[in-house]
Amino acid sequence: MLDARTPLLAVKDLQAWYGESHILHGATFDVRESEVVTLLGRNGAGKTTTLKSIMGMVGRRTGSVRFEGNELIDRSSDQIARAGIALCPEERGIFASLNVEENLLLPPVIRPGGLSLERIFDLFPNLKERLGASQGTKLSGGEQQMLAIGRILRTGARLLLLDEPTEGLAPVIIQQIGKTIRALKEQGFTILLVEQNFRFAATVADRYYVMENGRIIDQFATVELDANLEKLHDYLGV
Amino acid sequence: MTEIFGIPVAVILGQLMLGLVNGSFYALLSLGLAVIFGLMGVVNFAHGAFYALGAFAALLGLQRFGVNYWAALVLAPLMVGILGIVLERLFLRRLYKLDPLYGLLMTFGLALVVEGFLHQLFGASGQSYPVPDALAGALNLGFMILPIYRAWVIVVSVVVCFGTWFVIERTRLGATLRAAKENAPLLQAFGVNVPLLVAATYGGGVALAALAGVLSAPVVLVSSQMGDSLVIVVFAVVVIGGMGSILGSIVSGLVLGIVEGFTKVIYPEASNIVVFVIMALVLILRPAGLFGRE
Repeated sequence: MLDARTPLLAVKDLQAWYGESHILHGATFDVRESEVVTLLGRNGAGKTTTLKSIMGMVGRRTGSVRFEGNELIDRSSDQIARAGIALCPEERGIFASLNVEENLLLPPVIRPGGLSLERIFDLFPNLKERLGASQGTKLSGGEQQMLAIGRILRTGARLLLLDEPTEGLAPVIIQQIGKTIRALKEQGFTILLVEQNFRFAATVADRYYVMENGRIIDQFATVELDANLEKLHDYLGV
Repeated sequence: MTEIFGIPVAVILGQLMLGLVNGSFYALLSLGLAVIFGLMGVVNFAHGAFYALGAFAALLGLQRFGVNYWAALVLAPLMVGILGIVLERLFLRRLYKLDPLYGLLMTFGLALVVEGFLHQLFGASGQSYPVPDALAGALNLGFMILPIYRAWVIVVSVVVCFGTWFVIERTRLGATLRAAKENAPLLQAFGVNVPLLVAATYGGGVALAALAGVLSAPVVLVSSQMGDSLVIVVFAVVVIGGMGSILGSIVSGLVLGIVEGFTKVIYPEASNIVVFVIMALVLILRPAGLFGRE
């Protein structure tokens, strides 16, 4: 078992490349058990690349990604997933050639402790009604997002990487996703969130990291939010 | 009535039957090609060689080891499938990031090596494989004579083809394969060992070719070149059905076999080219193929 002070995820000096382009220039941060941590930053700061690098989905990466104390930097993305990390990607990644049920059941269960289908339907009642839909991509944007989150809850992964889950969604759906994230935290999931929507992030996150040019340039907790608001507006250019 | 347009009904039905048998082989072979192309984007030029290898495995099994037809029907595709997995791991997997032409050249090279190997071992002249006793003989249906083995080929092909279709379109394993085709990096990030899945798919595709080889052994001459002319027609079938379309390859395989059979009756001179004429027409009118997605 982990020492209480050992973070669940410890990322150190993470660098990543897509082909020739060097995107991450040494990001260092950590996520503790049962925390919701948000990566903030402008477009192109390297937030999505950070999630993909943790997942092993970039061309080349160096540095250190330790999960539950195990080094994952040299593992392939399927091995990283099997260590207990799951990604809900940008643009949701719903498979058009699979129906809703097939999409939901696609990620293999990697260890016990995942949510049952009933629990997932408790969180997302809409999904149950749309189970028979012919094509995953025929769902509305909000339903697709629920499907994208719902399918990684069954696998037993402890750390969820959520890449802009509110992007392009109506306020009422965003509220529902916020409620879901808080419920997941209560159930013991640890969440690393990438968000452009700072107001949404403020409703769910415990801590924030600010990224710029592929590095972490600042961090603060939700309680310090008001004191840092001006600085944050400056970072994000809002 | 015993004649239609001056052609005896028995002749028409006989050719239809032959056409359906050919179509069964087309369907099995083009199905394997479609599965491989669909997931890997590799145009498997070695398909004809694996077909020949299946037939030779059955022949060698019978002559040297006393392996009967029924066992060969299972063992030959299994062995050829394992060989396919080994070749994919050794060679093909290095080429996915390159231009598709490299995969085509590699499989073409593999075909030459396999066929050269078979030629060296077994010589150039064809050998025959006996029809198993249980499937020998013919049934007199009254309106035509039905050779039992030919009927068997059709039944096995239809069952295997639609069984494969069912697995791919209706099961969890098939959903995983379709997901790999659509977005392999994401599927792998869910914890699926995609490289292994790809290797197994190549093995499965060439195992289908080997099964066609075993099935054909009793009705053709088994030779190292037996796949060459067949596989050219099969590539045309795949193009007509739509590259990578599972249902398209099965249906066009069977239908084109029948069309070829009919052409033999009506205008025999055209029977060797009718498939290619249809391919040209399909490419003009519907370039993605009859079942392909535009």
